[in-house]
Amino acid sequence: MEKKNLKGWLYLLPAILFLGVFMVYPLIDVFIYSFEEGYNSASGTSFGIGLYNYEYVLHDPYFLQALKNTLILVFITVPLSTLLALGISVGLASIKKLRNLFQTVYFLPYVTNTLAVGIVFMILFKPTAYTDGLVNIFLGMFGISPIDFIGGPYWAKMLVLCIYTVWVVMPFKILVLTGALASVREDYYNAARLDGTSSFRIFRKITLPMISPTLFYLVITGFIGAFKAYNDAVALFGTELNVAEMNTIVGYIYDRLYGEGGGYPSYASAAAIILFAIVLTITCINLLVSRKHVHY
Amino acid sequence: MDKQLDFAKAEARLKRRHTVRNMLVYGMLTLWGVLVLFPFYWMILTSLKEYGAYNAESVPSFIVTNPTVQNFIDAFSKVPLADYFVNTLIFTLATTAIMLVVIIPAAYAFARIDFKGKNLVFTLFLALMMIPNELVIITNYVTVTNLDMRNTFMGLILPSVMSVFYVYLLKENFSQVPEELYLAAKVDGTSDFKYMWKVMLPICKPTVITITILKVIECWNSYVWPRLITDEEAYYLVSNGIQAIRESGFGRENIPAMMAAVVVISAPLVLLFLVFRKKIMAGVARGGTKG
Repeated sequence: MEKKNLKGWLYLLPAILFLGVFMVYPLIDVFIYSFEEGYNSASGTSFGIGLYNYEYVLHDPYFLQALKNTLILVFITVPLSTLLALGISVGLASIKKLRNLFQTVYFLPYVTNTLAVGIVFMILFKPTAYTDGLVNIFLGMFGISPIDFIGGPYWAKMLVLCIYTVWVVMPFKILVLTGALASVREDYYNAARLDGTSSFRIFRKITLPMISPTLFYLVITGFIGAFKAYNDAVALFGTELNVAEMNTIVGYIYDRLYGEGGGYPSYASAAAIILFAIVLTITCINLLVSRKHVHY
Repeated sequence: MDKQLDFAKAEARLKRRHTVRNMLVYGMLTLWGVLVLFPFYWMILTSLKEYGAYNAESVPSFIVTNPTVQNFIDAFSKVPLADYFVNTLIFTLATTAIMLVVIIPAAYAFARIDFKGKNLVFTLFLALMMIPNELVIITNYVTVTNLDMRNTFMGLILPSVMSVFYVYLLKENFSQVPEELYLAAKVDGTSDFKYMWKVMLPICKPTVITITILKVIECWNSYVWPRLITDEEAYYLVSNGIQAIRESGFGRENIPAMMAAVVVISAPLVLLFLVFRKKIMAGVARGGTKG
């Protein structure tokens, strides 16, 4: 094929323009911001170059709170949702009747507006002047006294946040795992059954190894997604997340950029780069572990 | 004789075990189904309850005896829900349309046109896929603010247009179209542009539709960028709108009306999903995120 340099670049031009202005330039700029000390967004001047922004962010109690919240959220919801999704997908794979219906229902949370449905969760968990809220009434049947899940103790708020996060991320995980389970060849199962292998052993020795790449893919994307949690928290606790002690790292970045504590793009940039570094590290660890443990 | 009886017994036992296991599986699946559907049920139910009746219930009732549409009227008249809705519609349609105009030629160039530096640019594109939005949003915020595009549709739309992943997805699909077709078209004197438009696109329509739907979902639900860039209510999208309704809302805590707003906001995507169920699920399985 003859070379058509001009034409090729012409077709790419719009994409390159958009990417250049809104991705490549910002990517370089965010590093510059993060090292400029005392940057003033009004005058566009700074005192000098250094690590002060990182130091500030790492000593900021709001950031530390956000870091703690995010870590708790990540290490609870990722394993929990992955295991739950695995159980449900295996169940789905073993039935024929109603399978399509279940799959459709399970996917619904994916297409909903996280902020809008989060409000429903808030109402279910929140005691008001008139009522203890449905969840508390339910718990009351087991003799548990009402808990303010939205404005109450830290662990209660964290619990709701975890529950809502799991609810939101499940559709994607179930969908991907169902696909992976369906692609395991029937021959393997038949051969094992012919040998009289128990179904638990079949699961451990055939199914699990065959879908292990998918499981690791889900764990990695799950970690990345959970580290960027923010919308779920806003949906449940409103935009004043620092007051609610429920801020996340991403929330901290936006708060530093805009709003009450805003106007500090340098701090926001430093926090964003710290977040990126954490996610990158964890992804690399995951990849190393998966090299060892993903079979076939 | 005995042996045969044993066999029948064993078979019966196996069958029983099967039924028990099946019941457990269906029980578990139904439980999760209920947990998924319950919030939807609750929001529709609450949106139909009267304000007074709702607040009088100390134990919320699971059925509504006197359904009312007053909450929906309130949602549209007392708060600018219709404006949020129209804004989101404009934002979603414009962003998706511009995205298609931008990514289709790019994908075509990567798949069909041979030019200097193609492999390098393509690698760079792939590398950009790994850059999280959080990293670039800070500068974009400053850029858009400096350009005086806060509280404009331009400011909302332009930074949201590009999705490198969709370029990749479409390029993969374009590459699958046999090259003979391209050569034949060339012999007939068809231009690249016409070929892309009249041959490639119709063949790859399923992928284009999938990408369009995924982008629409993404736009409809976007919250962070609109929140940063709009502080005038006239430019709020539904996500910001519902947040505003929740915080200042109806002047008092009117949960039924709030739920009516939530129903209205959720309905379009749920309907879209029910219509394009297979396409959306296949598309998300191939290129979804949010997990």
